[in-house]
Amino acid sequence: MGESAAPILTIKNLNKQFGSGCDQCGSRAGRKLDKNYCPACGTVYSCQDISLELYPGEVLGIVGESGSGKSTLMRCIYFDQEVTSGEAYLQAYKEGRSNLFEESAQQKRFIRNHLMGKVYQNPVMGLRMQFTSIGNIAEKMIAAGNRNVGAMEARGRELLDRVYIPVYRMKEAPKNFSGGMQQRVQIAKALSNNPPILLLDEVTTGLDLSVQANVLDLIKHLQRELNISILLVSHDLSVIRMLADRTMVMLNGQVVEQGLTDQILEDPQHAYTQQLVHSLL
Amino acid sequence: MENILTIEHLSKSFTLHNINKHIKAINNVSFFVKEGEFVGITGKSGSGKSTVLRCIYRTYLPQKGHIVYNSKKFGPIDLAHAPERTIIELRKNEIGYVSQFLNVMPRTTARELVKHAILEMGREAEFADRETEKMLDHFELDRSLWDSYPTTFSGGEKLRLNIARAMVKRPRLLLLDEPTASLDHASKIKVKVLIEQLMKEGTTMLGIFHDLEFMQNLCNREYRIQDGQFVSS
Repeated sequence: MGESAAPILTIKNLNKQFGSGCDQCGSRAGRKLDKNYCPACGTVYSCQDISLELYPGEVLGIVGESGSGKSTLMRCIYFDQEVTSGEAYLQAYKEGRSNLFEESAQQKRFIRNHLMGKVYQNPVMGLRMQFTSIGNIAEKMIAAGNRNVGAMEARGRELLDRVYIPVYRMKEAPKNFSGGMQQRVQIAKALSNNPPILLLDEVTTGLDLSVQANVLDLIKHLQRELNISILLVSHDLSVIRMLADRTMVMLNGQVVEQGLTDQILEDPQHAYTQQLVHSLL
Repeated sequence: MENILTIEHLSKSFTLHNINKHIKAINNVSFFVKEGEFVGITGKSGSGKSTVLRCIYRTYLPQKGHIVYNSKKFGPIDLAHAPERTIIELRKNEIGYVSQFLNVMPRTTARELVKHAILEMGREAEFADRETEKMLDHFELDRSLWDSYPTTFSGGEKLRLNIARAMVKRPRLLLLDEPTASLDHASKIKVKVLIEQLMKEGTTMLGIFHDLEFMQNLCNREYRIQDGQFVSS
């Protein structure tokens, strides 16, 4: 009960473009794009004025077709990419008063290592496939300033056990693991420093159904247990339906609709969302 | 008694972009429900009964009008325009919804399902365990089913579980969308007993029933929908 009123993460007017823009596409108001692409200069507007609020313990889903800007948004939030413009505030960092995008590279690394965890669609992005699994987890903990090997090993064991990786395989490299296991190692790694926020980018895409179910159940379980806030990107509405309290729909770099997940699915307003929902059923 | 729910000039239509159609479901509906009442809604199939309930629960986004709910936590609040976060909190703690369909998380057992409904209200695990068992017992859901997945249940079992999940929260306002549609007589009696018990405890109910006799035995007042309009009867 009694959820706190302040969002844990606030994003305001996040913009990310690839290309320098031209007279025809420079200002958002008069912009005439082909999807998110300026036909005159070739600039791609991947995220246009995206704003969102993520609350404590909440799962916010982001759906949209490939190329709609979902992953770019996640990469910007995790500092994998520089934003073109925009603001981000994290409640756990300087009481949410400092725009994260304007922080130094060093501070960004701190935020990323201490306050966020991310799971990528492609485990190659999130893991060092040649390292041991427990070493992968230790890497994130070392990055956050841990130096006690014993404590890190204990934490690594605990996490791997939690994501159902048998402890006797913890010294094995993720490259030996199945896709589902690799995702679970990524989840363990992302959780290693107890971040208040977890970013999940298409974590079950490409996994077969039973493995997908397994990973989703794990996420749901951890979310309930740790009351962690999750930003969940997926193009799969059934994943969103299962996990998200609220959902944002993206198309061509813009948010076209947002609402309660059941409302988005039962009473979609935008033509694109209707098409998406009808494709499901 | 004060109004717990006051609906004013509520309209809802659906625009289907791909076939270029605009469907009017309900038009300019106004009515009220007083605290502690059991109000029934009747009307032909397709007249918009469920649409009204779904607008109140915000599964549908109302277009025009107001749905003023007198919340324990927030005071009078317009559900048609309230922020999503507020709706989520009200759903957890104050407003319940039961339909004839069971919408569950896959791979969640019956016990977990009911227990979670209590846990999300912030109650302790022990209390949740106790209440869950009491509720499952009341609906005489076979004990062997408690720890299995509801997807394998019969229609009647699913429905009973669905009602159990909503009722275990003892919500202030319970929306009932044909909850007895496919139940046998014995199960209906169980639902009736629980409804009466909830009424005694002060839960306000607004419901649609295809079984008019069942409804009229329970409800204090009745509205009929005619041509998209509410008529008191």
